[in-house]
Amino acid sequence: MKVLVPIKRVVDKDVKVRPKADETGVELANVKMSINPFDENAVEEAVRLKEKGIATEVVVVSVGPDKARDTLVSALAVGADRAILVDSGDAEVQPLAIAKLLKAVADKEQPQLVIFGRQAIDDDAVQTGQIFAALQGWGQAAFASISKVDVASGKATVGREIDGGLETLELSLPAVITADLRLNEPRYAKLPDVMKAKKKPQETTTPAALGIDITPRLKTLKVSEPPKRKGGGKVADVAELVSKLKNEAKVI
Amino acid sequence: MSTYNAPLQDMRFVLNEIAGLKDVLALPDFAEVDADTVDAILEEAAKFATNVIDPLNPKGDKNGPHWKDGVVTVIPEYKDAYKQFCENGWHSMPVDPQYGGQGLPHLVNIAVNEMWRSASIAFALCPMLTSGAIASIWHHASEELKAKYLPKMADGTWSGTMNLTEPQAGSDLTAIRSKAVPRGDGTYAVSGTKIFITWGEHDMAENIIHLVLARLPDAPAGLKGISLFLVPKFLVNDDGSLGARNDLICSALEHKLGIHGSATSVMSYGDKGGAIGWLIGDAGKGVAYMFTMMNHARINVGLEGVGVSERAYQHALAYARERIQGPIIGDKDSITTPKPILFHPDVRRLLIDMKSRTEALRAVAYFTAGHMDKAQHSPDAAVRKQSQAYVELLTPLVKGWSTESSIEITSEGIQVHGGTGFIEETGAAQYLRDARITAIYEGTTAIQANDYVGRKTAREKDEAGNVGFTARTLYKEIAAFADNLAKDAKLADIGRDLKEATQALIDVTEWVIKIYVAEPQVAHAGSVPYLKLGGIVVGGWLLAKSALIAQKRLDAGEAEGYYKAKLATAHYYAQHWLVQGRGLAKEIIEGGQSILALDEPLF
Repeated sequence: MKVLVPIKRVVDKDVKVRPKADETGVELANVKMSINPFDENAVEEAVRLKEKGIATEVVVVSVGPDKARDTLVSALAVGADRAILVDSGDAEVQPLAIAKLLKAVADKEQPQLVIFGRQAIDDDAVQTGQIFAALQGWGQAAFASISKVDVASGKATVGREIDGGLETLELSLPAVITADLRLNEPRYAKLPDVMKAKKKPQETTTPAALGIDITPRLKTLKVSEPPKRKGGGKVADVAELVSKLKNEAKVI
Repeated sequence: MSTYNAPLQDMRFVLNEIAGLKDVLALPDFAEVDADTVDAILEEAAKFATNVIDPLNPKGDKNGPHWKDGVVTVIPEYKDAYKQFCENGWHSMPVDPQYGGQGLPHLVNIAVNEMWRSASIAFALCPMLTSGAIASIWHHASEELKAKYLPKMADGTWSGTMNLTEPQAGSDLTAIRSKAVPRGDGTYAVSGTKIFITWGEHDMAENIIHLVLARLPDAPAGLKGISLFLVPKFLVNDDGSLGARNDLICSALEHKLGIHGSATSVMSYGDKGGAIGWLIGDAGKGVAYMFTMMNHARINVGLEGVGVSERAYQHALAYARERIQGPIIGDKDSITTPKPILFHPDVRRLLIDMKSRTEALRAVAYFTAGHMDKAQHSPDAAVRKQSQAYVELLTPLVKGWSTESSIEITSEGIQVHGGTGFIEETGAAQYLRDARITAIYEGTTAIQANDYVGRKTAREKDEAGNVGFTARTLYKEIAAFADNLAKDAKLADIGRDLKEATQALIDVTEWVIKIYVAEPQVAHAGSVPYLKLGGIVVGGWLLAKSALIAQKRLDAGEAEGYYKAKLATAHYYAQHWLVQGRGLAKEIIEGGQSILALDEPLF
């Protein structure tokens, strides 16, 4: 069984993001970039499936600039077998376009399982995995915190976190899982594997070669700092609070 | 508590711009390693240092190894981290590929090693001692011993130690009394007491391979009578499995000022008739063989100074950004909108002092490591020779100056915290306590200074008999750079300070060379300040070079805060440290006699 893991290069989780001065987006110049943390869980899960003998090959794929190759190599260092870069240059690629690109890749690769991170920490869209599943017409289990895959019966059992607790789903393969942080604890890469990672097979394609139009359908008007928190005040009693909520905040 | 973040940006800058990583990677022996891979290694090591080793540091400080009846146990967190460290291949990183290592350049190892030392000196000591022992075995032992011991030492399954010191033999190894008597089967019965043995006993590795200096029965007195023996804790069967326990025991652990997380052991060999040992190389060459690992160890201890300084700086900075205490002078807004203590002028002085000095120490250490690679791997004999000469000259600086500086820098870290810095829970005090040993072990600062003034300067000669050739060559190179910089439109002030300090160093060097033979005591009385002067000048030179590059990048329109910071630290360093050059020169040249003036009975 082949597992496909889409990963995204994002601003490192420890970097404090700032909007660009012209408010057209987030400042990315000279900012440390890393693999999206949820995608690390996705890669880890795929690698564990391979170690258990359930998966035969783990293929990581990223849509992004040439620099995203580093992110793919970091996934190769923790056990992925092969990497595909869909080089989109500096173009903005939105979730729908990414899902279409991944569909094109999946049509070629024919994975039985695609494991996404539940969301990317840069735009927090939480869409790509779901759109991809819909495009494929596959079952999906988002926000997985427990997974069990049985190839022989062609089923995956997935525990996912919902508001009230844990929901357990059974999916027929091929299927889509999106990984939550609690799914597993990603490993540290071993030094010899870091050194060998670049030598693993890597291929590059482009949106044009895959025949996908990535023109954004949504337009970002402005990215700005959240308003600074204004100082609070103390109220004397409940009556004053209710009055303020009614007359000043106008929320009741 | 703060979290360690490897200063990857400064590390990369120093590796690439100051230490010549590109040239090192271009050496034929490193054809397998490219810049991207080095980058990936640094990233992974940084993660491991931050998440696995750094959290151990205060734990090991409070709960160090525990001794009972000769058995030493560490806290479970230490054991887990050691296992992970080995499994992830970090332990074998510096080892020869033939024995399971990665064959990476020293220059890459040094950056990674700095991270381990920042995260925890005490923990990092165990792999450091093992890699030193590996180096001695690899260079001098028979193929048989190498094949039997190196692979398992390389991956950390077995650890290693170096046993030099005895109660009566500290800096003076000629006083060593431990004995080795031939047992008639090619092995030796080793007996004696060794003290201050770092990680001499513990339960993280399956076996411990001790390298022990001892005398053969017919050995002459002095250093030439000392041989090196390999003495394993458990004897090793021919199939590599562990056999009987050898006749050696850890009879106590020391109670120390710092590095509480490491097991500093008293080792008793041969209480029951003799520990079985194997001679390494030739008899009588033990001290020379030990120095194979000693030079490595000195660079690595110097790196402890760099690492602990960086860590103390990060800790102090985090506190200074958080702690609010009083309005800032000259800033009225800070009365109504309080600002953290980072804005107080003297806290800023402390922090920039810590930062700029740490950067200077790092630059000198990495610069030396770059030359270590060229000295060992350059295909050009002239380059090898020149680089080796630089390594020899700079090693006492890296060891002596970095560690002495680290004591001051970690102390400044406490000062930033004020009263809470004196309280152990704050964590700032540990860095000072841990730093204190670095200026003592593997050769005290005086030993480094004696080496620097004597063997490396006044007694060093090239083939033509020119005394102090290497020192003079390097200082001339620095002076030429300073001359040019003094004409730079933007950095002339740094250039002038560097020029003056370098001239002071050159003056002292000429004076030292002149008086060394007739008045060696006077030369040695000033050797520690001379070492300091050397460190300040070489460090100031490399920071000035950094500033020049940073200025070029800024002029080219790179709006990188890092470059602005580098300019600021280089300026600070010139105006606060390079300016001390003249005073130090006066102290050394004119002050030596005053040290010796107080006669012994008058003390």
